[in-house]
Amino acid sequence: MSAAAERTGPDLVTRLVWGTASFVAHTASIVALLVAWEIFARSGKVTMFMLPPFSAVAERIWSDAVEGKLWTDLGLTLYRTFVGFFLACIIGVGLGTAMARTKIARWFFDPIVSIGFPMPKVVFLPVVILWLGVFDVSKITMVTVEAVFPVITATVLGIQGVGHELIWSARNMGAKDRELLWQVLLPAALPQIMTGVQVALPVALIVAIFTEMAMGGFGIGGVMMQASRFADSRGVFAGIVEIAIVGYCLVQLLAMIRRRLLRWHQEAHAPSTI
Amino acid sequence: MRAALIRYSPLLILALAWQLISHFELVSSSALPPLTDIGGAWLDLLKSGELMKNAAPSLYRGAAGLALAIGFGTVLGIAMAWWKPVNVVFGPLVEAFYPMPKSALIPVTVIWLGFGNGSKILLIFLGCMLPVIIGAYNGARSTEQVLVWSARSMGAGRLRMMWDVVVPSALPELLNGIRTALALAFILMVTSELIVAREGLGNLIGFLGANGSYAAMYAVVLTVAFMGFAADRVYQIAAQRVLAWREATLS
Repeated sequence: MSAAAERTGPDLVTRLVWGTASFVAHTASIVALLVAWEIFARSGKVTMFMLPPFSAVAERIWSDAVEGKLWTDLGLTLYRTFVGFFLACIIGVGLGTAMARTKIARWFFDPIVSIGFPMPKVVFLPVVILWLGVFDVSKITMVTVEAVFPVITATVLGIQGVGHELIWSARNMGAKDRELLWQVLLPAALPQIMTGVQVALPVALIVAIFTEMAMGGFGIGGVMMQASRFADSRGVFAGIVEIAIVGYCLVQLLAMIRRRLLRWHQEAHAPSTI
Repeated sequence: MRAALIRYSPLLILALAWQLISHFELVSSSALPPLTDIGGAWLDLLKSGELMKNAAPSLYRGAAGLALAIGFGTVLGIAMAWWKPVNVVFGPLVEAFYPMPKSALIPVTVIWLGFGNGSKILLIFLGCMLPVIIGAYNGARSTEQVLVWSARSMGAGRLRMMWDVVVPSALPELLNGIRTALALAFILMVTSELIVAREGLGNLIGFLGANGSYAAMYAVVLTVAFMGFAADRVYQIAAQRVLAWREATLS
């Protein structure tokens, strides 16, 4: 017990020091950017309308947060993002698995995916409005449609890449189709699937905010667009700062989930890239 | 030919189903106009010059923004991989701005540069630059150390080594980043034009939809979707050409 504590003691301290050091190094350039923004905005070279100082924007975010407006808008945007994103994950993994494992599904969906993936699907927005109206259903549909493709392609590649030895061994040990799927194919394909999911989440957020901008209906995007119409540039910049923070947190959260889920995988021990 | 027919037959089936559904009016014809009507509307738009008049500014904005993004992004990404100070300054910024939805910048670019071309080009440039930077950075970092040492020992200067060793070995990842940027350029082009513009394909779609001429709206929507698809295919063929040396050495 005490030996273990002794061993972790200095380790913990060095880890803390290193952690703080890398945190400072990471935040230094962002802080520098914010300071530069503040100085530039106050220098008088630009008007308050073109670039409000960061302090004014932060004040605006703070007052919105105290009033509670921020939280309802944030909640709406996140609700649309997450419902669409989860639907995209479920449909994408299901369809991708079917395409990787059955010939008929591959025959039918392969050309649709290969044409649909590179298409700018946001152009279908007016069509979706025509069908589903301007409320949450159409927004979530847009999010799902745009976010589903990276998940599908990643799942197909992941499952097709599972080694034959693994499948044969499982079969040899008497695994049924369902057991093979849940215990061999999906876990073995998980790293690739997670990569697809990590691509899909920022896409979902982008589309959610875009649909709010285009259709209204509050949410961070809708409020930004309103602010822009009333030439309230502090509101616009407040929206941008909020979205940047939310996007960053979501991506970090997903990276954390990936590390948790794939703790058993060798990639957890490999040096990581960005 | 026959293989292609079998491969793309699901699309034909879908098109046929579409035509039948709208022909027998299973859904209202404004929600889903028959494909033949859409084809007719497309020809009308082409004949009246409406399509070309709006496609030209859209494509100009997309191409200009993308070209700027590729230029700046490649240089910055490779510099980040090879000079520590550059990475210390720009690394956290890239990391912080990468997940940020670029469509949020639409109102700001309008505040800065107005409703014309400038604001769209700036938006596309900012949005497309990040995938290019990350592709160039990851690619340049994965340059084999042995190649770098060999080039050095054969007396290559810093710039020479960049050009002859680092850039070619970064190329596969860089080209992949540019492919993402290409798709993003189309998305940003259409979204920015749908929200604020006086001309352009996105604006035409919004205008036709508001007017209730749905067949024409579908025609423009499908045109843009097809353009995005075609651009991606052409790009992939070109990229394979550029990387032909690599396939040969691998196999």
